[in-house]
Amino acid sequence: MLKNRIIPCLDVKNGRVVKGINFVELKDAGDPVEQAKIYSDGGADEICFLDITASNENRDTIIDIVRKTAKECFVPLTVGGGVRTIQNITDLLLAGADKVSINTAAVKDVNFVREASKKFGSQCIVVAIDAKKVSDGKWEVFTHGGRNKTKIDAVEFAKQVEANGAGEILLTSMDRDGTKSGYDVELLKTITDSTNIPVIASGGVGTLDHLCDGIVKGGASAVLAASIFHYGEYKIKEAKEYLNSKNVSVRL
Amino acid sequence: MNVTIVDYQSGNISSVINSFTEVAKGKVNLEVTSDIKKIKSSDKIVLPGQGSFKSCVDSLNSINGLVETLKEFTMTNKKPLLGICVGLQMFADVGYEEAETKGLGWISGKVSKIDNQKGKFKLPHIGWNEIEIQKESKIFKDIKNKSHMYFVHSYQFIPEDKSVISSTTDYSSKIVCSVEKDNLFGTQFHPEKSDKIGLKIIDNFLKL
Repeated sequence: MLKNRIIPCLDVKNGRVVKGINFVELKDAGDPVEQAKIYSDGGADEICFLDITASNENRDTIIDIVRKTAKECFVPLTVGGGVRTIQNITDLLLAGADKVSINTAAVKDVNFVREASKKFGSQCIVVAIDAKKVSDGKWEVFTHGGRNKTKIDAVEFAKQVEANGAGEILLTSMDRDGTKSGYDVELLKTITDSTNIPVIASGGVGTLDHLCDGIVKGGASAVLAASIFHYGEYKIKEAKEYLNSKNVSVRL
Repeated sequence: MNVTIVDYQSGNISSVINSFTEVAKGKVNLEVTSDIKKIKSSDKIVLPGQGSFKSCVDSLNSINGLVETLKEFTMTNKKPLLGICVGLQMFADVGYEEAETKGLGWISGKVSKIDNQKGKFKLPHIGWNEIEIQKESKIFKDIKNKSHMYFVHSYQFIPEDKSVISSTTDYSSKIVCSVEKDNLFGTQFHPEKSDKIGLKIIDNFLKL
């Protein structure tokens, strides 16, 4: 049976982890490579780097981090943030990323998703959708970290990226992100029901029950979380054992 | 010992290189190349493959003499080769991804899309799934039954002779996830991304 994945996400800015794990044993709490290794050793099913570096000049920094991480972590590595061109994807994959996550560039032109999945295969193209509720049962796609409205319906857009070859959808609720009040389960359920590709739930995790809800109620294939793992509130292993106790199948 | 990872521009092989490099450290001389001479003089070959069946076969064919060299290596000289993902799928006679495409024909069978049972099963089959060992395989030495491996694929290899199947996994039906036939080894899952247990499989292959 296919297991539900737990994916810790590390936000990286100018080569340093923002909101990193606060473990005393860490030599350098800002080192993304070291943190990724801790997650991977702790049983993470996949690791996600989100590059939130504002400027383009620093793109080489994330490449270097990916290169170092890929030499030490032997679980899938997904990298997102600022992926705008085929060259960006090539650079990340050559550095050792297994998947790239495309956000704004996919919204700007969905053909980019098609071009990328044709060139590299659907298996490594994740489309990150940031959605915000606009009315009952309606969500709109936002870009630029939730700052810009697009007037695009999130459900329609999800179907569209699937049709254009996306292998997975990373769905973040902008209403819930950072609130620790749980995933937007209704949004998740709507998207997982309307698409046939795996959906990764993101945005709002504060407790282990939230992870459970994302999978059981939302229908997500994987759950992504940042802060509950970063601050050491829960270890990956605890999260998995908890899910297992709730009859959610995970890789133990 | 010289082991060659065949680099035929089949997409992203960085992870394969990284994991083999990690396991091979100080023990095995690892080459990543499409150089025919180097491939001929290798003791073992790793054939990765990402993207579609068609694009991988096309890439193999685009390198002059490569397919013949691989055939001689495996079929005549009977030296070990490990195919990973589409690398395994290409052992088949024919594949149906994108368009009907002739495979290498080393193990009779076809590669067709996983039946998603009208959307009940999401495709690609992405993530960790348990393998059910069907027969003893040299690359499964010290690998427990129901170990978790990492998968990313939408197509499956269906061999005619079921005795080549060394393990299956459950996703909509029993999917073939590894084969062993004489000196030919193949995994549908990605040992290079399957954590320590995956590295163990790589180690087993390198120790053959």
